Amino acid sequence: MATELLMPALSPTMEEGTLAKWLVKEGDTVSSGDIIAEIETDKATMEFEAVDEGIVGKILVAEGTEGVKVNEVIAILVEEGESADDIAAPAPAAEAQAPAEAEAPASAPAKAAAPVEVVSKASPDFPEGTPMKTQTVREALRDAMAEEMRRDENVFLMGEEVAEYQGAYKISQGMLDEFGPKRVIDTPITEHGFAGIATGAAFGGLKPIVEFMTFNFAMQAIDHLINSAAKTLYMSGGQMGAPMVFRGPNGAAARVGAQHSQDYAAWYAQIPGLKVVMPYSAADYKGLMKTAIRDPNPVIFLENEIMYGKSFEVPDLEDFTIPFGKARIWREGTDVTIVSFGIGMTYALEAADKLAEEGISAEVIDLRTLRPIDYDTVLASVMKTNRCVTVEEGFPVGSIGNHISAVIMQRAFDYLDAPVINCAGKDVPMPYAANLEKLALVTTDEVVAACKEVTYR
Amino acid sequence: MAPRKTASKPASQANVSKDELLAYYKDMLLIRRFEEKAGQLYGMGLIGGFCHLYIGQEAVVVGLEAATKEGDKRITSYRDHGHMLACGMDPNGVMAELTGREGGYSKGKGGSMHMFSKEKHFYGGHGIVGAQVPLGAGLAFSDKYKGNDNVTFTYFGDGAANQGQVYETYNMAELWDLPVIFVIENNQYAMGTSVARSTKSPSLWERGAAYGIEGEEVDGMDVLAVKEAGERAVAHCRAGKGPYILEVKTYRYRGHSMSDPAKYRTREEVQKMREERDPIEAVRSILLTGNHATEDDLKAIDKDIKAVVNASAEFAKESPEPALEELWTDIYADEIPQHNA
Repeated sequence: MATELLMPALSPTMEEGTLAKWLVKEGDTVSSGDIIAEIETDKATMEFEAVDEGIVGKILVAEGTEGVKVNEVIAILVEEGESADDIAAPAPAAEAQAPAEAEAPASAPAKAAAPVEVVSKASPDFPEGTPMKTQTVREALRDAMAEEMRRDENVFLMGEEVAEYQGAYKISQGMLDEFGPKRVIDTPITEHGFAGIATGAAFGGLKPIVEFMTFNFAMQAIDHLINSAAKTLYMSGGQMGAPMVFRGPNGAAARVGAQHSQDYAAWYAQIPGLKVVMPYSAADYKGLMKTAIRDPNPVIFLENEIMYGKSFEVPDLEDFTIPFGKARIWREGTDVTIVSFGIGMTYALEAADKLAEEGISAEVIDLRTLRPIDYDTVLASVMKTNRCVTVEEGFPVGSIGNHISAVIMQRAFDYLDAPVINCAGKDVPMPYAANLEKLALVTTDEVVAACKEVTYR
Repeated sequence: MAPRKTASKPASQANVSKDELLAYYKDMLLIRRFEEKAGQLYGMGLIGGFCHLYIGQEAVVVGLEAATKEGDKRITSYRDHGHMLACGMDPNGVMAELTGREGGYSKGKGGSMHMFSKEKHFYGGHGIVGAQVPLGAGLAFSDKYKGNDNVTFTYFGDGAANQGQVYETYNMAELWDLPVIFVIENNQYAMGTSVARSTKSPSLWERGAAYGIEGEEVDGMDVLAVKEAGERAVAHCRAGKGPYILEVKTYRYRGHSMSDPAKYRTREEVQKMREERDPIEAVRSILLTGNHATEDDLKAIDKDIKAVVNASAEFAKESPEPALEELWTDIYADEIPQHNA
């Protein structure tokens, strides 16, 4: 039976090419693997190999022909005894066409665009009257991890200095004693490697908690956080994923210079497949860490070194968790909405106090999780106050504040009485000098000034 | 600990049964015919993007799969079609993934480089050179943590062997005695750069000595030699002695991907390898000279395999493209999918 030889696609982008040279002539016998022609693609000149065996019955496209379309019949192979003349001139093989483009893929603009009734999701995290205890963020984090490790033997903690040293920032203090070296594991200083090993362990069904001594060092490992952990569920069609937590201090500490002071909130919040948490209070650290460890997806848990020693009231409950995607309204107000998260809340709350002294009533919202984001709570508030200021320590370009502004513009444009202002870190690497460092970070005064600007005071 | 150096010795045929030989022949031939078909479908525009064929390297995965037991895991790079077929994944599902169809292993969302099978313990299909190496060690970590005796085959190429994360992984794998077999598939070219042009330490397996990891070099064109080396590696890992390195010397006949102009090696070099060292021809010759099979027997096998491959191509053409809603699924899990294996 005769076999049609088609102009091959020899690169991902090739649509047509030049049949530069035939290396066989009519009547030649070819077998699988023989080079039969040279074809110039948009990238290079390539050799074209025969896949089937046969005799070159007819060459239909002469060498030197330019613009030969992919899948055009260029020659016919026949078997012994057959003649190419017996074969009707072939039509271009239609069945070889790739399936027609389906209707334009649902371009799905940000889901936030759907015009829906906006109802704030903010609600109390625990019933009124719950007994409370004062805890530091550090203690709340340790308790959350220890409680979950008692609950699920597949949970383990791995990182630099987490075991014998008791944690570079003492977050894992006492955990080696309780859980032993099998579950509290010191690693060498090798972020790329241990982030990959932990991700593989998660593929294998365990639930690793990976501590980065700081998220600045996670840049060594970011390929595994994004390409390996975040994308595998999708790439595997839902067969396997990476149930794990990457945690550690993020953002500026104090006087540690440019390489140890970056806030990665906006970076990770951009990645589908990740969940991103950046709490402010000790109660939120605890409730959200427990939720993060139970989540079947990779969670980026962004902590802050300056906050570790700060004390807050934490509900004294057996099992206290907070769902992702639920903002918290720290302070109700009527004149302006301040949206923040993480350490940015420090400035937001201070600013609200100062504004109150001047008779401006600010509503302060802590997003708490950046993926998913509780848009509705923000929108409901903005529809009430008609003004918004965002506050974060990270770089200003492509910031979380930029994104929140865009969503407000799309969904609550008619409610705005002033443009949204984003208060962020300055667009400079972090300087060391004390005065310059202070200037590089967002300040309470800047938040106050922004709130006055949007309220025209 | 001094690493053991095992000379690449010809495998003894004495320990191999006729049935085993026939099985290796079939498995290798399936990979070759499948890959030829994939190349053809690529040429027809039915497969898009990157497509890295395994032709020439068949003895590596077939030999090593012969050393595995149920529960063992495998993970590799983007040149992954052979690994999937060798561990028993369905050719229809693999081919349909290549064409980006609903019937593919990842519902068409992964493509040639990203396929997985929970059922066959195949953990991908990874597109970032070297990234699968710590991931594989992590899979081994999970088995050691659970206390079973499974091992993980972590495949990577001579190109990945120069990535830093490989050595970070060697260090931790030996430190923690992880049951992982690092299989360096040295096909002599990292894309277009030969080993000689990328390193002055040409013996890649010996680098494990710096971390105390034992290993050996293996003739990757001899499926029996690969199987025997695989058995030594598996025994080492199952005994709790930590990782093991196999540097399997092999050769890819085709380009790095489909758009490889092949200017970095001569046509004669490829031809010589095909004529003198072809792994499938080698087994064929043992089968015939040992009177284990007749020409007719082998013709019948060829025919059966061609039918399987043609059926996979038909399936891959007929299977519909994924529904548009699939764009939005499998981004977040509600429960850990690998727990319901």
